[in-house]
Amino acid sequence: MEKTWNNKAWFMVLPVLLLVAFSAVIPLMTVVNYSVQDTFGNNVFFWNGSDWYTEILGSDRFWLSMVRNLIFSAIILVIEIPLGIFIALNMPKKGWGVPVCLVLMALPLLIPWNVVGTIWQVFGRIDIGLLGYTLSALGIDYNYVNDPTDAWVTVILMDVWHWTSLVVLLCYAGLVSIPDAYYQAAKIDGASRWAIFRYIQLPKMNRVLLIAVLLRFMDSFMIYTEPFVVTGGGPGNSTTFMSIDLVKIAVGQFDLGPAAAMSIIYFLIVLLLSWVFYTVMTTVDAEG
Amino acid sequence: MNLTWMAWTLPTALFFITILVLLCGMAAWEYASPGGNPRVGILRFETTRGDRLFVSLLGSAFIHLAWLGLVGPNLWWALALSVVYAVGVFRYV
Amino acid sequence: MSGANERTTRQDRVSETTVSDGLASTLSQDQIARLMRRRGEESRFWWLVPTIYIIVLMLPIYWLVNMSFKTNQEILGAFSLWPKNPTIANYMVIFTDPSWYKGYINSIIYVVMNMVISVSVALPAAYAFSRYRFLGDKHLFFWLLTNRMAPPAVFALPFFQLYSAFGLIDTHIAVALAHCLFNVPLAVWILEGFMSGVPKEIDETAYIDGYSFPRFFLKIFMPLIASGIGVACFFCFMFSWVELLIARTLTTTAAKPIAAIMTRTVSASGLDWGVLAAAGVLTILPGALVIWFVRNYIAKGFALGRV
Repeated sequence: MEKTWNNKAWFMVLPVLLLVAFSAVIPLMTVVNYSVQDTFGNNVFFWNGSDWYTEILGSDRFWLSMVRNLIFSAIILVIEIPLGIFIALNMPKKGWGVPVCLVLMALPLLIPWNVVGTIWQVFGRIDIGLLGYTLSALGIDYNYVNDPTDAWVTVILMDVWHWTSLVVLLCYAGLVSIPDAYYQAAKIDGASRWAIFRYIQLPKMNRVLLIAVLLRFMDSFMIYTEPFVVTGGGPGNSTTFMSIDLVKIAVGQFDLGPAAAMSIIYFLIVLLLSWVFYTVMTTVDAEG
Repeated sequence: MNLTWMAWTLPTALFFITILVLLCGMAAWEYASPGGNPRVGILRFETTRGDRLFVSLLGSAFIHLAWLGLVGPNLWWALALSVVYAVGVFRYV
Repeated sequence: MSGANERTTRQDRVSETTVSDGLASTLSQDQIARLMRRRGEESRFWWLVPTIYIIVLMLPIYWLVNMSFKTNQEILGAFSLWPKNPTIANYMVIFTDPSWYKGYINSIIYVVMNMVISVSVALPAAYAFSRYRFLGDKHLFFWLLTNRMAPPAVFALPFFQLYSAFGLIDTHIAVALAHCLFNVPLAVWILEGFMSGVPKEIDETAYIDGYSFPRFFLKIFMPLIASGIGVACFFCFMFSWVELLIARTLTTTAAKPIAAIMTRTVSASGLDWGVLAAAGVLTILPGALVIWFVRNYIAKGFALGRV
């Protein structure tokens, strides 16, 4: 659709602009201010220059939590995206099954994140949880409280449980938007199931898949509540991701300066990644 | 309204004023010659001058961080490098 | 299941032998034949995949429901797959203790406030983005989206200072405004997608017929994008309802959301598992109700890829 130039449209955007400026720009400015100063409370601040940034960039703790977060996001994407596509391909296309599947699958998405954490904290316990009890009854040594590997498995399993439905719903929406004519053409050509997937379904899901990857990457990169409730970042620091580390410094230790410096670095990384994704997305869009 | 909680300092205030001036400058430039001079540069997709400003600013932020992490606390050199980088971005991207 | 028949017949019709070089040129004839045979056999059991997936999804939820009907002795004592002596005592605790049920009321209040604010400011903005080009529009749109991507942990600390300065700590409006950070961009994004699907000729015809802009917007345009508004409301509800970090930071007692009350009770009262489970089950119910009402729109909202 051809759009007309009209700078008066700014007035329609103004409310959004003011609201988001209030809740995003002012806090961000404050974070920048905090990141170059030191404080002992009571709003008394001392100039500290770039020391906090040097400290954060030189600390193993920051890099480790970032690496852990990147590994976590990578594992999440590798599991959830193919699994989501697979399930979406096998969803019913019409009939009473559709609303039932949609509603039941969307259910985990609407559970408050800390309740998701609580559910899995209970579910994985070896004394009262179904999963933990079953595993230990089968003779598998599973204990997410003490064993870092088990903690990782639990957190990943929880995220797959929580968010795969989002990928499924996105892919499903992409699939149902394919006109029947495409399938009929493929039928006349006698195309195999794989060919239909490769040459009709996958290209049509391109856009929603990109959005699924973007959302899952971003949300897993800033995950906080669920692993915090289940493991509290432990055992040790083995499941301490960036947001958990940040909240520990900011709220737990109330170190405004280092927390602010870390926030800025974290935010810059997110900004870079979302710019890359957004550019790729709009470029793909423009090419059709 | 009390603003002490925001803990303003001169350098950060200058920083944000600079950004604001840059944005106003870009708006004025855009008003004077609309369209944003879109072209396909070395990144092989279309960018406007607004995109180039964003890439320069974000890149400069990472140049400063890298300088702090790898070289040392003297950020004037990082600033100089950022300006060179920004000029490069506006010229070639 | 009617879907099953539809599928199998399609599979059968697909299994014809001629292969055009346009479609499957990269695969050799007998590779394709083998794939077809395998897929053909699988397709009779396609319904197993969503069924198994849903069972896996429901297991942890079932376990929570199961626990909520047990007494603490039963939970910690014998391991059982269903409650031996079902009790609703845990639910009674929540419905009779104000410090519990007020949490639900608080959550609902700020979620609804946030939904109303987000959608009402997003409507004109989305209209502007979908109909006009203006100075810096693309960058503005990108900037809005970065707020959806920004980690809430970054904002938790300055939010506390900001809302303290305005004396808004522990009020519902504070949480509602703070959640606008990620819900307003989301609402703009979704609504813009729906509005772009409405042809521009409708606007022009309405103006020629003498409609003023507000009257056109309310009487003609809003009904056209009603499903879009529904989807936007759904996602605003969803993300505001599930968020905990910011809501917990900005409240102390008077506006504390149920999610935060749960975390507090876990540590304070020595792990009352039954009540905790009952509270958890009750937080799932509003979400389930909302999904049921919007189930026909969800797929459409997702189809636009605007989440």
